[in-house]
Amino acid sequence: MRVMAIVKGSEESEAGKMPSEEMLTQMGNFNEELVKAGVMLAGEGLLPSSKGARVRFGGDGERTVVDGPFTETKELVAGYWLLQVGSFEEAVEWMKRCPNPHDEEGEIEIRQVAEAEDFGEEYTPEVREQEERLRAQTEQNQ
Amino acid sequence: MNEQDARRAIDAVWRIESARLIAALARMTGDVGIAEDLAQDALVAALEQWPRSGVPDNPGAWLMATAKNRAIDRSRRREMAVRKEEQLGREVELQAQLSERDLAAAADDEIEDDLLSLIFTACHPVLATEARVALTLRLVGSLTTAEIARAFLAKESTVAQRIVRAKRSLAEARVPIEVPGAAEREQRLASVLEVIYAIFNEGYAASGGDDWIRTDLCEEAMRLGRILVGLMPREPEALGLVALMELQASRFPARTGPGGEAIPLPEQDRSRWDFVLIGRGLKALERAEALGRPLGPYALQAAIAACHARARTPEQTDWERIVALYDALDAITGSPVVRLNRAVAVGLAFGPADGLRLLDGLADEPALAGYHLLPAARGELLERLGRNQEAAAEFARAAALSDNAREREVLQARAGNLR
Repeated sequence: MRVMAIVKGSEESEAGKMPSEEMLTQMGNFNEELVKAGVMLAGEGLLPSSKGARVRFGGDGERTVVDGPFTETKELVAGYWLLQVGSFEEAVEWMKRCPNPHDEEGEIEIRQVAEAEDFGEEYTPEVREQEERLRAQTEQNQ
Repeated sequence: MNEQDARRAIDAVWRIESARLIAALARMTGDVGIAEDLAQDALVAALEQWPRSGVPDNPGAWLMATAKNRAIDRSRRREMAVRKEEQLGREVELQAQLSERDLAAAADDEIEDDLLSLIFTACHPVLATEARVALTLRLVGSLTTAEIARAFLAKESTVAQRIVRAKRSLAEARVPIEVPGAAEREQRLASVLEVIYAIFNEGYAASGGDDWIRTDLCEEAMRLGRILVGLMPREPEALGLVALMELQASRFPARTGPGGEAIPLPEQDRSRWDFVLIGRGLKALERAEALGRPLGPYALQAAIAACHARARTPEQTDWERIVALYDALDAITGSPVVRLNRAVAVGLAFGPADGLRLLDGLADEPALAGYHLLPAARGELLERLGRNQEAAAEFARAAALSDNAREREVLQARAGNLR
């Protein structure tokens, strides 16, 4: 199964303060461990939300673009890993070994990635067919 | 922590730690069987203690210390029993090593050496392929015997027997637990890669069982491949195999239709391909190529898979490059199946007449006699040349030779449409 481990933001990450050399080394070692164990598929750190934006959807279908920064620091995503593991608990065990990404309190949120079968009955042959029609159209348009 | 949570947490720790644990113990004891027993002892101790005490901060070191204590206990017991006979030599040596060495203090490269030695030992050519496969999944992949049996649709007792015999064969043949020297290296690495690819193919081939088990086996093979590449980053064939598996696995979501039927590559919905895996596969292939050594069979197959992965539509496929890659593959393997695939690629790159001429040259190839894909390929090319009657006959012939019901239906339908 695939699991995403999401590093939440902190005052420092939002202030655009880059991690110390020591932290970079520790994180580098941890990443290397993940790679060598064959579990890390991808992972990246994000720049502060001041360099981000949001597209907000109104109930009436209207779209508004809101530029960062955003205030709810500890709820923001500051980075992620995409892991391929044998069980959810394995991902939890790996993240317990992660160096604290910030010099303060913080969180790493661990979430399972949905697979086709998780969509269950909503993912009907009709939906699939619709997807395929769309794709055919997209290709024609190129 | 309740019993069930503890069990799950322990399983997770075990999956992360057990290969390294067994590898270090194998170095210390010189026997993978004893190493596995000791590791199991440590696991049993964890199952007894952790639900009460919680998972320790450094579970790997805890398991190692426990296993070592068991080893010393055992060696003492044996010592008492044998009463300082000559048999003692190895036991005493073992004890000395065990008290000196501490896994927690061991350097990283030592742990990596141990792990690589364990992989080479489990994949030793003295063992039959299926024994190597079972032993590797058990010792390196940390799968239980029951899990291996389920994945291979075999009886648990059969797999257990196979593993016991494999360990005994290694001991009897006095196979040293080490990374082979330069002279043997290439051939021994080939044996390791063969095992990993056999695991992958077992998962890839729709040979039965539940879907998730098959996907699990592929994922396990990919994990083993990635571990190997981490340990041997400069082996182009190891990188090639990883690239090949990632690229093949990237097509899994598009490979079967809603009814479970196989969808051939040109008809697959490419938007369903897994782009994370494609990216990883292309990257691994790039690393293999960057080593600047001639590509081996795995890297060449990966390079062919990469041509498909890069094409956003079937029409964008670089068939000329695929032909060149099949040339290189043919030169190494001399396999008639490779030449058959090459002829198909030539048909797509340079026109059906050229492809057909090459297929004619394979008509008397004994290895392809009765192989349904030869007439199927001929049918394809004849149809493109507008020789519909002949094409229909070839599709009918292919249908008669296929042992897959679904495929037979498709081929018969194609024959019918042309008549």
